[in-house]
Amino acid sequence: MRRLGLGSTLLWIGLSILTLLPVWWMLVVSMRPRVKLYSKSFVIDDFYWDNFRAVLGNSTFLHYLWNSMIVATSNAALVCTLGLLAAFGLSRYKIAGGDNVFFWLITNRMAPPAVFLLPLFLLFTKWFVFGDFMLFDTKIGLILLYCVFNLPFAIWLLKGMLDGIPPELDEAARVDGATTSQILFQLILPLARPGLAVTFILTWIFAWNEYLFAATLTSSSSARTVTTALAEYVSVTGTNWGEMAAMAFLTTLPALIVLGFVQKHIVTGLTFGALKG
Amino acid sequence: MRQSNVGWLFLAPASLILFVVGFVPFLYILYVGFFDWNTNAVDPGLRWAGLQNYRSLVFDPTFLNSLTRTLVFAFIVVVSELLLGYVLARALMADRLPGRQFFRTIHTLPIVVAPIAVGATWRLLCVPGLGILPHYMKLWFGIDYNISTNAYHAFGTAILMDIWHWTPFVTLSLMAGLTALPKEPLEQAQIDGGNKLQIFWYVIVPMLKPVLLTTVFIRLMDALRSVDEIWMLTKGGPAEATRFIGLHIWINVFPKTDYGYGAAMSLLTLYVTIVLSWLLFVAMTGRKGGAQ
Repeated sequence: MRRLGLGSTLLWIGLSILTLLPVWWMLVVSMRPRVKLYSKSFVIDDFYWDNFRAVLGNSTFLHYLWNSMIVATSNAALVCTLGLLAAFGLSRYKIAGGDNVFFWLITNRMAPPAVFLLPLFLLFTKWFVFGDFMLFDTKIGLILLYCVFNLPFAIWLLKGMLDGIPPELDEAARVDGATTSQILFQLILPLARPGLAVTFILTWIFAWNEYLFAATLTSSSSARTVTTALAEYVSVTGTNWGEMAAMAFLTTLPALIVLGFVQKHIVTGLTFGALKG
Repeated sequence: MRQSNVGWLFLAPASLILFVVGFVPFLYILYVGFFDWNTNAVDPGLRWAGLQNYRSLVFDPTFLNSLTRTLVFAFIVVVSELLLGYVLARALMADRLPGRQFFRTIHTLPIVVAPIAVGATWRLLCVPGLGILPHYMKLWFGIDYNISTNAYHAFGTAILMDIWHWTPFVTLSLMAGLTALPKEPLEQAQIDGGNKLQIFWYVIVPMLKPVLLTTVFIRLMDALRSVDEIWMLTKGGPAEATRFIGLHIWINVFPKTDYGYGAAMSLLTLYVTIVLSWLLFVAMTGRKGGAQ
């Protein structure tokens, strides 16, 4: 109704600067040679790429980066597939105790990860062992584990989207003799594609960002992820701030790329569909 | 809606995975918590200890202090973010907000950045000599700001970092909530001569209650379990100034391999989290009768 006044405009600008400032500072530091690190200027004075070159030339870091790619992509694919099936079941069938299942799903998402570190560590090293294979320090272990927080999120987001597709369409298709799998794959899937894309991207980012489980449940470069690389880097050297900033920036990069695409859905997703962003 | 057990078939794979990685661990610590179990002890097996772990736990000062510290931290950040988020959401609520998409995009940034990178970034802001925070604190206020030696500075920075990280989420969700409110009750209250405070308390708050409840609930759960960014910022220090409960469990249980005690600690933390969220739910929904 009312136009934005001068005060609000200034607030808007100030707020945006404050929000961007720490990330900008990270970028500024990552592009500074060691001798200029103590400059307080907010400007990127010279485009110095050696920090990035050093980080990307480190084969261990590249390995971690690759692991993160595999884990995040596989987890997002798994979560979207199972999430779509579950959301279809919850949205299109009356399930006895469906509300309780729903409630149980949120509790999985909300549980403090630190509480589950110890039991998962013990289960991964002592119980989920099949011959020579154990889940500890494997990418598969992380892929399955990240379902704990990503699967509830995906089911929630997708259920909201499937609820928006009129059930009359299914009924019409069923009258025409379509089987359930035809309805799911040939009718629902194409209509739900935009929702699936958003779900895939957000769950991918959450898997990419995860640190605590990855740090505890992996021990070698065969499964460690990029977030653990960043934490390890600080504890090992701690002084080469330029390279650390470059590494932090590379860790943040995927989030920056998809930012514009997910902004519409992030609030809906994080509030379990309670709010439409 | 079709009444059928076929629905369960669709839910089965997701439920199975969540059962194995979400529910089995819970049962397992429930079990291990009753035992004395240290794999580096003389006897590395499980020995029945009854409630002994829990008895030591409620007299363990480091555990209790870290729990209190976590609650104080969570209380401060949730209240500040809610107030700040509400004020900002109201100030920027005008329907003709220029660049609405752009604003939302900028505010989504802290939400999707990896917490570990948030910690790294804030560390870059705080390192003496390199960071801008110590520099300007000295220049403007004459404070020798150092998060690795001063406990108050470290705790304050942890709070500030969380406020930076999560206020945008609160602002965005309250903006969404405010936009969805019906206009008529507000206009009616203005016609009836309600002042701003009355309108806020008797009209907006009750209508906004579901949104407020959801937002506070999500923020509280997240604040209680924050580990990554604190670990990157201060490693829980100096001394134990920023060692919150999740971090306490993490840096205690694994080096000491005292699994029975660790299991009891994890379970008690989970219990406190559940009780808190339940209390919050009761407090927020119970007051409804008086306000309407």
